[in-house]
Amino acid sequence: MKRAPRGPARLTGRYARRAPGEPRAVGYLYVLPALALYGALLVFPFGQSVWLSLLHWDGLTAATWAGGDNYHDLLTDPDLRAPFAHALILLVFYSALPVAIGLLLAALLSRARVRGMTFFRTVLFLPQVLALVVVGVAWRSILAPDGLLNDTLEAVGLGTLARPWLGDYDWALPAVGIVGTWVGTGLCMVLFLAGAQRIPRELYEAARLDGAGPIREFLAVTLPGLRPQIAVALTLTIVAGLRNFDLIYITTSGGPGNATSVPAYEVYHRAFETNQVGSAAAIGVTLTLLIFVLTVGISRLVEGRRT
Amino acid sequence: MISRTERTLTYAILALFTVVSLTPVLGILATALGPQSSLSTGFTLPDDGLHWGNFADAWTSGHFGTYLRNSALVTLSVVAVATLLSVLAGYAFGVMRFPGSTPLFYLFVLGLALPQEALVVPLYFDLRHLELTDTYWGLILPQAAQSLAFGVFWMRTYFRGSARSVIEAARIDGANSWTTLWRVLVPMARPAISTLVVIVFMWTWNEFLMALVMVSDEAHRTVPLGLAFFQGQHSSETALLAAAAVLIALPVVIVYVALQRRFIAGMLSGAVKE
Repeated sequence: MKRAPRGPARLTGRYARRAPGEPRAVGYLYVLPALALYGALLVFPFGQSVWLSLLHWDGLTAATWAGGDNYHDLLTDPDLRAPFAHALILLVFYSALPVAIGLLLAALLSRARVRGMTFFRTVLFLPQVLALVVVGVAWRSILAPDGLLNDTLEAVGLGTLARPWLGDYDWALPAVGIVGTWVGTGLCMVLFLAGAQRIPRELYEAARLDGAGPIREFLAVTLPGLRPQIAVALTLTIVAGLRNFDLIYITTSGGPGNATSVPAYEVYHRAFETNQVGSAAAIGVTLTLLIFVLTVGISRLVEGRRT
Repeated sequence: MISRTERTLTYAILALFTVVSLTPVLGILATALGPQSSLSTGFTLPDDGLHWGNFADAWTSGHFGTYLRNSALVTLSVVAVATLLSVLAGYAFGVMRFPGSTPLFYLFVLGLALPQEALVVPLYFDLRHLELTDTYWGLILPQAAQSLAFGVFWMRTYFRGSARSVIEAARIDGANSWTTLWRVLVPMARPAISTLVVIVFMWTWNEFLMALVMVSDEAHRTVPLGLAFFQGQHSSETALLAAAAVLIALPVVIVYVALQRRFIAGMLSGAVKE
């Protein structure tokens, strides 16, 4: 327990933060219900996941101690390494592309006053709002052998490029990735547009007086001004990309073969379809670590440069 | 200030992205209104009038009436529980000082980045042991718990920023912390609370993995689950599939369009730390 600072600060500290006559401990009573539910159904199960990841267990018979075996397999078993490799490739589509496209648009739009911004923002953000199951169903239609994409390709004379996108060993992963780009781009654009509008106009005027062209202006004014928004966009899209389960389940179920299997899908598949509970838990824990490392890394990168 | 060409280019690009954003949405809407007999698995445009009956068929023969009822029940419960507990805890974290409050708060914040995949396996075995799988509780409790990470974070940020002088005035009038919260702060916090309600509503309504794991009987299926199973069994019935997808998306889209500003602000702050 920290000692309260002395002097006037202590007085306000004591009297501003609780009603007279109420004990300090009253705070705990307000936190308790949330903490009980959160502890029982989030913190405790996470601890159990860590424990399960150290066991060989099929979910039915007695578990045996595995130690680091499940984690060792993550590094050595190609069937387990592939989903993580797929996830990293998908991050290009789920995170890098949306951020790049979003920046490009913000660069254009930060120079012009756009009418109807509310309309554009509402429409561009819409994919974020739809259930990924609905998104998956819609895009399955587009990517189907006789779907919109192939129809369009044939209509413009590129019929030879048409293929069953989600059933093709080489194209299924990028095809799912494009769906992720569709979902994430609006989010990045909305974030960057909001950020760009907060950049002081004078900075642009000063840059122009110094003879800066559009590209210089972007690099010297827009990009640095958007740093916090870029960090948020990267964090949100990377976390969403690594958690990606719904889209894979609906569009490809990890197939063809395991060409589109990702860690989140592998957790489900192993725990509930092939009875490798310990291995599934190890993937879940590794995924958590990966998300924490990337999230902390991004915020460090941004804060470190700012100061 | 900028040239006419540049202005035109700006609008052209915005229009292009609007089309890209809307195509899948409009495509599924068109398919939902198309004829059921169509053999195409891609989008179809209705050429012989609009088949509104698809929605009725999805509702009855696709059992989406049941699924929508389940989703409504689960979502309302999660929203109610998560909002109430978030307001209470956010209030304590925001305006009171007690030993351990900072680490406890960070425990909640960490939940923002914790993926469901790291919880869902033990949760399934725990809840099965308690005989709560295939019940509404099995859907409500875990999702309420997961919503608390954002809820507590969001309400604490609000209460921290809310006028300290108001709280002090209430206290001088002799109000205790409970009365201050419900009589003074909560009425003032209506915009912040409604943002929280809308975000938790959307997350719970759209939730898939947890529902997939916790529910195996049809009677407790929520809409996203219903759609996934419908696709698995009737993948050739494109029009009904699309109609069901529209039925599922509609409640969230209506709320979103009505409250888009608040909605976007809430979603974006989910990952923004102080």
